[in-house]
Amino acid sequence: MVDYDVIVVGAGPAGLCAAHELMKEKLKILVVDRKQEIGCPKRCAEGLSNRWFEKMNLTPKKEWAVQEIKGAQLYSPNGKSIKMKDDKAQGYVLERKMFEKYLAIEAVKKGAKILMKNQVMSAKRENNEVELTIEENKELKKLTCKMVIACDGVDSLTAKMLGLNTKLDLRETDSGYQYEMTGISGYDENLLHLFFGTDVAPRGYIWIFPKRKGTANVGIGIGAYEKETAKSYLDKWIATQDGIKDGSIIEVNAGVIPVGGFIEKMQADNLLVAGDAGHMVDPIHGGGIGIAMEGGRLAAKHAIKALKSNKFLEKDLEEYTKEWYTLSGNDLKRRLKGRHFLEKLNNDDFNYLAESITIDEALRIGNGTLTKKDKAVLITKKLVTRPKLLKLMIDYAKD
Amino acid sequence: MVVENDPDKCVYCGGCVGVCPTQALVLKDTRIIVDKKKCINCGACVSICPVGAMEIKK
Repeated sequence: MVDYDVIVVGAGPAGLCAAHELMKEKLKILVVDRKQEIGCPKRCAEGLSNRWFEKMNLTPKKEWAVQEIKGAQLYSPNGKSIKMKDDKAQGYVLERKMFEKYLAIEAVKKGAKILMKNQVMSAKRENNEVELTIEENKELKKLTCKMVIACDGVDSLTAKMLGLNTKLDLRETDSGYQYEMTGISGYDENLLHLFFGTDVAPRGYIWIFPKRKGTANVGIGIGAYEKETAKSYLDKWIATQDGIKDGSIIEVNAGVIPVGGFIEKMQADNLLVAGDAGHMVDPIHGGGIGIAMEGGRLAAKHAIKALKSNKFLEKDLEEYTKEWYTLSGNDLKRRLKGRHFLEKLNNDDFNYLAESITIDEALRIGNGTLTKKDKAVLITKKLVTRPKLLKLMIDYAKD
Repeated sequence: MVVENDPDKCVYCGGCVGVCPTQALVLKDTRIIVDKKKCINCGACVSICPVGAMEIKK
């Protein structure tokens, strides 16, 4: 007899949505998390676009959807900016701590059990079951289950303990740092603000994600091999910003972002992986709340299937990875392409593009959805005087 | 030589744990624990750390 049908490791958006889905079948499940508080410390800018609310059948609630967002404003290095009020950029900035507690409470109402400050120290597989050794208050306990869903974030060790390589490739990982600030002003609070430039944020961008009046997440994501730390780039930028530099810091956040695309295989014997642990992150903006929720939900569906058929081997679970790639693989490919284009731009390129291309073209470059006509216009008219951009665009347009 | 974590700078985000190729690092509460036997001194954690809290000590 096992202790649980499923143990979910990690009580973030992926793990909690997995718990929700599992409880539809009245299973015996447990969610463990090494942290002492759900949703805290956040490693996140807290934006969630409307399409995820729809997909996850979630209604924004006042206590955690704290700022409605109508679009985004993108700034080139010379200070010029363009506003986009595209549907895709609309949504909310969350108070994640409250949001995740809401998800947790809903899961528990359905019968899930959650334990915080419980850290998985080792895992082993025997007789088609998994035994997890979990540490709580310096004491070790052993719990057995049929399936593990690993949603334990970028620092996931659970999947590795069960033989699945989820290691981050440094070239495909961004370094992130953020302050939640208050007493700041000078930006439209209904928009997300993104600042580009190789001096400001090499291979990434600086963001202001408003959270209620005068309060916002001000953060940065950069490549792993830049000269200075993410903190250093962000501090320097803030010092030059009127309206922000005199604000107060009410929270310090950091985290790394797996921007290189999902792991290839998301299952091993008795194991499924979702969320940051499976690198479920958008390669362009680095957001991952929505996609993690969807991943957690899908992993749960496949865990249920495995329990019903009593088949837990790697090959029995491969449908999960297949379905995930069918669902999100093409989107990922296009977004990765957009990312690789953006990565090669320098300050002059950003400035030139901000002047010469339309917001629709910019969006379609990012989304990887440029039409033949767009490509023709960009190549023969707009970028023809800029050899480097022209070459990048021709490469981009090839496949 | 192994890597060391500076607890005064560290904001325990766990990024170093994620990029470590040998699973030499573990995040427990607010502490990064380095397994000196497993560390191969590759510097991946130093590169990714957002706050410069990982250092290679001679």
